[in-house]
Amino acid sequence: MTPFDVVDTGTGSPGPQPVTPRNLPHRGGEANPSARALEDKFGAAVVRVDVVWGETVVFVDPDSVKAVIRWLHDDASQQYDYLSDVTAVEYRDALVPIEVVWHLRSLPFRRFLRVKAQLPKGQPLEIDSVYDIYRGADWLERECYDMFGIRFNGHPDLRRILMWESYKEGFPLRKDFPLRGRFSRSEQLRQALAQNPEARYSMEELSIADAFAELPEDMRERLNKGERTGE
Amino acid sequence: MGLTVPGERNTVSYAPESQEGWVATRLDFLVNWSRANSLWPMPFGTACCAIEFMATAASDFDLARFGMERMSFSPRQADVLICAGRVPFKLAPIIRRIWQQMPQPKWCISMGACASTGGMFDNYAVVQGIDTIIPVDVYVPGCPPRPEGLIYGIRMLQEKVMNERAADTRTRDEMEPDPESQLYIPPSVIDELGEPFGNSVHQTRSAP
Repeated sequence: MTPFDVVDTGTGSPGPQPVTPRNLPHRGGEANPSARALEDKFGAAVVRVDVVWGETVVFVDPDSVKAVIRWLHDDASQQYDYLSDVTAVEYRDALVPIEVVWHLRSLPFRRFLRVKAQLPKGQPLEIDSVYDIYRGADWLERECYDMFGIRFNGHPDLRRILMWESYKEGFPLRKDFPLRGRFSRSEQLRQALAQNPEARYSMEELSIADAFAELPEDMRERLNKGERTGE
Repeated sequence: MGLTVPGERNTVSYAPESQEGWVATRLDFLVNWSRANSLWPMPFGTACCAIEFMATAASDFDLARFGMERMSFSPRQADVLICAGRVPFKLAPIIRRIWQQMPQPKWCISMGACASTGGMFDNYAVVQGIDTIIPVDVYVPGCPPRPEGLIYGIRMLQEKVMNERAADTRTRDEMEPDPESQLYIPPSVIDELGEPFGNSVHQTRSAP
């Protein structure tokens, strides 16, 4: 089976119909079969498997996260074709590492898997980007970088997405960040008013603007009329 | 300050028997009357207050009764900026630019707790009251204000417009922000107004 084969999940599908799980235990319970498959395939790279409220959490060594997610995406027996979220968790305890979390969903197999990697504090927060595997990781990783300061190696355009480009106060969702910000209110306002709202274009958009004069005549005409290329 | 019944000086003297075809009035009154009853709002809706604002504009409450049925989505044709909702710092230069694009005479209504003070969002991302960015004429309290509240604020603004004098050009001068800080009011005042209160006093803050 190739990754693009459609698995029939309608009323005529061979498997049982999905039911809402009830009376789930907090810890323990049946793990997602993908967790066992990962342990067989990657061995020591899989640090731990937890089942919390019926959802499987796989802790993975940070260096092999990309290989694990690529295998989950590509392998015909897994087919995790949808990345629903990339985020991070920081705990108050200074000794507990920061966790980067990937929420993966396999639409053909109706499976949900949470992959976590632990990044110890006091070291540069860096991890591989999964942009090559899921294009949807683009903005998710940018948000994670903006809020937590985690650098995703291999991301083509890693810059802030929620806060503005010249934001100087740090990463707001980190535990050492004061809720009201680091600067005084007037300084925050002064810096906010000094930003240029039009300076939020990506390098790709800027290079298009630079190359505008070199575009063919008809394309320039269409762009001048306000026609947009797909975003 | 509340609404007052217009006094004698604002009445139009009109006696059809004796002065057929003539109306005598003050020019101030006529100009103000036409301005106050044709305020075109520029809606700047960012949060749930905008939903209440839409309800105010819809048929039950019917802003058209006050000459405001024409929403002006271009600041160049607008008279009154209605900021409905919280304004994050990222939007601060945008609302400032919209205000500067509006031609005089212009007014501003700050609708709701967040637009007026930052409301419950005493955090790193939200402006603590839009009066730190642009001058505000009327504050409407509420979270969000009911349509009656907004209409009360609009009536107060109309009363303010009715009391303006054409001879007094001071009110029509465009305010220029301080060239260094780009602020209308001194930074020390903003810091003082932005001090934590209520639950916020327990929050940590580093040195400025």
